[in-house]
Amino acid sequence: MERVSNMNEAIVVNRLSAAYRKTEVLSQVSFTVKPGTLTSIVGPNGAGKSTLIKSMLELHPRTAGEVSFLGQPYQKAKKKIGYVPQRGSVDWDFPTDALDVVLMGLYGKIGWLKLPRKSDREQAMEALRSMGMEQYANRQISQLSGGQQQRVFLARALVQDAELYFLDEPLAGVDAATERIIMDTLQQLKNRGRTVMVVHHDLQTVEDYYDHVLLLNRTVVAHGPTDEVFTAEQLHRTYGGALRWMREKV
Amino acid sequence: MNLLSYNAQWVLLSTLLLGMAAGSVGVLAYWKRQSLMSDTLSHAALPGVVIGFMIMGSKQLPVMLLAAAVSAYFGAWLVQSIRNSSRVKEDAAMGIVLSVFFGLGIMLLTFANRMPGGGQSGLDHFIFGQAAAMVRSDVTWMAIVAAVVLVVILLLFKEWKVSLFDASFAQGLGLSVRAMNSLYTALLVLVIVIGIQAVGVILIAALMIIPAVSARYWTDSFAKMLILSALFGGGAGLIGTLISTLGKGLPTGPFIVVSASAMFFISLLFGASKGLLVVRYYRKRAKGSGQKAIMAGGVTEGGRG
Repeated sequence: MERVSNMNEAIVVNRLSAAYRKTEVLSQVSFTVKPGTLTSIVGPNGAGKSTLIKSMLELHPRTAGEVSFLGQPYQKAKKKIGYVPQRGSVDWDFPTDALDVVLMGLYGKIGWLKLPRKSDREQAMEALRSMGMEQYANRQISQLSGGQQQRVFLARALVQDAELYFLDEPLAGVDAATERIIMDTLQQLKNRGRTVMVVHHDLQTVEDYYDHVLLLNRTVVAHGPTDEVFTAEQLHRTYGGALRWMREKV
Repeated sequence: MNLLSYNAQWVLLSTLLLGMAAGSVGVLAYWKRQSLMSDTLSHAALPGVVIGFMIMGSKQLPVMLLAAAVSAYFGAWLVQSIRNSSRVKEDAAMGIVLSVFFGLGIMLLTFANRMPGGGQSGLDHFIFGQAAAMVRSDVTWMAIVAAVVLVVILLLFKEWKVSLFDASFAQGLGLSVRAMNSLYTALLVLVIVIGIQAVGVILIAALMIIPAVSARYWTDSFAKMLILSALFGGGAGLIGTLISTLGKGLPTGPFIVVSASAMFFISLLFGASKGLLVVRYYRKRAKGSGQKAIMAGGVTEGGRG
């Protein structure tokens, strides 16, 4: 955990705390993530999963702690970070189409005050195609299904060509086809050496989808390779008695 | 046909530009869900106008407008701090600031009207607006500032789009959402300040809200919505001013707002994207011809005309 070794870690979170008003929701969260891994963040409602991502990415104020990405603080590393917020965090009535939303992922590269060029459009189109969404490119975003909206969001993150990806519940309320496309895409990112962290809700699929798990309930309960960490005992510690699915597993 | 005087042409041009600037800023406010903020800030500008007058002892427009800007900014700050530091929600905070500042402004106005020279100063014009009362330098300033507002909005078109649609994502791209918010407030205050003389503090907000809402009925593209709203705003400014110059002493603000409202009702009925008639037409067609048409209607109804 010394500074020297930070260079070999994709993500280092050190004693991070965060609060909403005066209620502390994250306390002394510390963990490190190796490059080229696919990690799920798992925990009960109100465990602070979304807040963890947001406070790492400085979208929510930290009350304490440091975070580094590829050895750099957020402000220096943000060009290397792709973030896929919860689908419900934006107004899908906003007057724009799917292609336009994906293009937003290229705004940083295009440069401020400049307009997207044809090559940018082609790149955005390519990302939509990889999500199986090319026929919806000119569809109003309000006319897309939940799964399609989520695919547009992921396509927007893909064109950013980031090193690190953070996704907040990308599988919430999506159809089976979308779930497969999204997980295949994340797997490909991982295979290309990218580091991916995903807030994930469905305990039944954790073992199939992720190689690492971060069990979170206001602080880190356990973190490591899925086969070591995703055990009945650790889940019980994370969720308390409220987990019925556990009994079936035991 | 009797052509308008040179001065009247200038006034018309400036209210046209004002309407365009107000219409564009209104689209930003619409998607920030802050349409009422423009109303709050314009009412909050009134005490500034009157205090500016009282300090100078006569109608010195630059000072009064500067004071109006300070006063409106103070109102914006108050709304923010009430919201952030208490359980009061933003809409209630805006209601508080709007009524308190406006009440204060009216109270100060009665004092100012009793000051020597106050009664004839035309201070009352700042409430409902009187374009005809503007002198050449006022008009020039108004036109310049309105043009600047328009250019800033156009230049930052893509930045507005991403920060309005998804502020956290914009932040991740390295765009300072805080800076965009400050700029937005600045544009809002600028439009209010240049507009209060022609349109008045009570109705200037309508020139920002109504064109944006009307434009929404015609299009599903942010760019087109901006352009249309600017055209509606400009049209309302032009037509309203034209009507108010026909009679003597007719206030400009109400006629501008009535013109804008007429455009709104036309949009509500005939709007190509969400107008009532279009929506009804596609519903009917969908009912008539089965599943396939229902899907097409579903697409068109909320969206693509």
